[in-house]
Amino acid sequence: MNMIKVTLLSALVAFTAPAAFAAGEKGAPIDNIDFSFDGPFGTYDVNQLQRGLQVYTEVCSACHGLKYVPLRTLGDDGGPMLPEEQVIEYSKQWEVFDADLDDFRDATPVDHFPKSGLETAPDLSLMAKKRKAFSGPYGLGINQLLYGFGGAEYIAALLHGYTGEEKTQAGVTLYENKYFEGGWLSMAPPLYEEAVEYADGSSNSVEAMAEDVAAFLMWTAEPKMAARKQAGFAGVIFLTLLSVLLYLTNKRLWSSVKHKD
Amino acid sequence: MSGIPHDHYEPKTKGEKWIHSRLPIVGLMYDTLMIPTPKNLNWMWIWGIVLTFCLVLQIITGIVLAMHYNPSVDGAFASIEHIMRNVNGGHMLRYIHMNGASLFFVAVYAHIFRGLYYGSYKAPREITWIIGMIIYLLMMATAFMGYVLPWGQMSFWGATVITGLFGAVPFVGEAIQTLLLGGPAVDNATLNRFFSLHYLLPFVIAGLVILHIWAFHTTGNNNPTGVPVRTTSKEEAEKDTLPFWPYFVIKDLFALAVILVVFFAVVGFMPNYLGHPDNYIEANALATPAHIVPEWYFLPFYAILRAFTSEVWVVQIASFVTGGIVNATFFGVLAMFGSIAVMAAVPWLDTSRVRSGRYRPMFKWWFWLLVVDFFVLMWVGAMPAEEPYATISLLATTYWFAYFLVILPLLGVIEKPDAQPETIEEDFNAHYAPKVGGTTTIVNPAE
Repeated sequence: MNMIKVTLLSALVAFTAPAAFAAGEKGAPIDNIDFSFDGPFGTYDVNQLQRGLQVYTEVCSACHGLKYVPLRTLGDDGGPMLPEEQVIEYSKQWEVFDADLDDFRDATPVDHFPKSGLETAPDLSLMAKKRKAFSGPYGLGINQLLYGFGGAEYIAALLHGYTGEEKTQAGVTLYENKYFEGGWLSMAPPLYEEAVEYADGSSNSVEAMAEDVAAFLMWTAEPKMAARKQAGFAGVIFLTLLSVLLYLTNKRLWSSVKHKD
Repeated sequence: MSGIPHDHYEPKTKGEKWIHSRLPIVGLMYDTLMIPTPKNLNWMWIWGIVLTFCLVLQIITGIVLAMHYNPSVDGAFASIEHIMRNVNGGHMLRYIHMNGASLFFVAVYAHIFRGLYYGSYKAPREITWIIGMIIYLLMMATAFMGYVLPWGQMSFWGATVITGLFGAVPFVGEAIQTLLLGGPAVDNATLNRFFSLHYLLPFVIAGLVILHIWAFHTTGNNNPTGVPVRTTSKEEAEKDTLPFWPYFVIKDLFALAVILVVFFAVVGFMPNYLGHPDNYIEANALATPAHIVPEWYFLPFYAILRAFTSEVWVVQIASFVTGGIVNATFFGVLAMFGSIAVMAAVPWLDTSRVRSGRYRPMFKWWFWLLVVDFFVLMWVGAMPAEEPYATISLLATTYWFAYFLVILPLLGVIEKPDAQPETIEEDFNAHYAPKVGGTTTIVNPAE
């Protein structure tokens, strides 16, 4: 009996050990946002992804790229789910370099989003997985089962975390942001109230837009999340069933050897 | 195969005899599967199956991943994203492979500490233990090189730090480092040879696993009492043992299924839990991450490596005595490999004649302190190299070495062991009262 406890305990501790990794974020603490994709049952909100795509297209894409994201995936299940014609139409607004033509041409759904136009602007494809905002409780990180590890929250917080202060350093203008490590970053506040006009009439406050684009960037970072969670459930349910059957088989098998009174 | 008397395979039909006289492979499989196994094995004896499963899982998922992976500095990171986005089921394959490495190490640590508690390393199982330690070292090498392949920031900087350790070896260090890297720094040549070796080593491990199994099938399994199976007659042996199939196969598969429920929950719902966000940033030789931390399963030994700074007095003495050849870095490297070497040498360091920790009242305390020590080392390994972590890791490292080099040799002399059962049967019957009329009838429940 004792060894069972030890087994479980050692497995548990081993799984919770990397908790400490999260240490070292020096920006202001970031609160969890109740995103639709959090938790084992969470899925992306298609409307939110479409709104986020709009914010990305009209604002972020001026400097940033999404070089790992194929345009055709905008029509995928579990993503923004644009209809096929819209994906084709949407793709056309981007120009890509075609090595065969040795020239630029309009993008088609088989192409990827362009890479960052501004050299110093990081690619955003994986931004929501590159950043970690929280790992509770007590740094154990177990909470991410329910809340994620805060990559999307970090993006949303950063977009509305500007204090309005700016300074010039070595000819570069830096903007103060309370959530940025070090406090000053070279990205000017990208969003202002009503920066985009949503077709569905959703709120276009800075906070709302920041959340929408953060959700969209979570999708670009983890486009197969829905399929993954589904596979996780299939695995857990199937293996639980198998465990029960094997438990009963094992019990029956050993009953002829163990004769407990 | 084993020294325990038992029935061997007898070919019955003409066809079986024809094969058996040419290649006795069916007999080999029969004897392997039907090996008499101590019937009192507890739930800590399930990790072998889990480990075998992990090896197969990693090889299968790894081979498929290799079909889509591009081992070049320009293409590696993008090919991982290609796997995650475009390959059918690629995201699951990769997440299973990634977390499979962690499951592998959870299992191997449980397996090793099981061996340490029940004295599985003691005569006559020293060779089984040594092979196990070699497998463990190869696992670490394989996991380390695998972690470099996605070519993220932690891949790159982890590789830089770890290969740098070999550079600390006096005289030949630089040559070894250059050989490992294929050049002066971590670059395309490094990635290529790591990919090649990451593909090769699992098959070396598989070969050693066969030797590992062969070795303990020759000596027979250890068991929680540490008391050997009676081998004087088949009748007596059968009172102590049950055939591996079906009794232990079903039991182990049950345990494996339960463990896999947890595994699939992690893969499905929090696949990046054990990873580091920095590894989703493509490797950049010009930007060093704020904290370079290895994967969790390396942390205890990473803590031992970092524990010895130039301020520690043993390091200063070593440096003085050797005229500066043994500096702090090299001392750390020696300590890290030494910490595994002392574990490999434990069959000769443990002087107690009692095999199982169950009957060693003093040993128990020291053993559990070692387990705690292991987790303390894991914790400080993830912390920045500053106080109080530096002192804690030094103390924890000291205990690790003291356990193997001082405590185990002394305990055998000063400890008064508790009474052990005469036979495995006695221990088993103490837990499960025998049926009236004896326990020798083995019923096949399929009937």
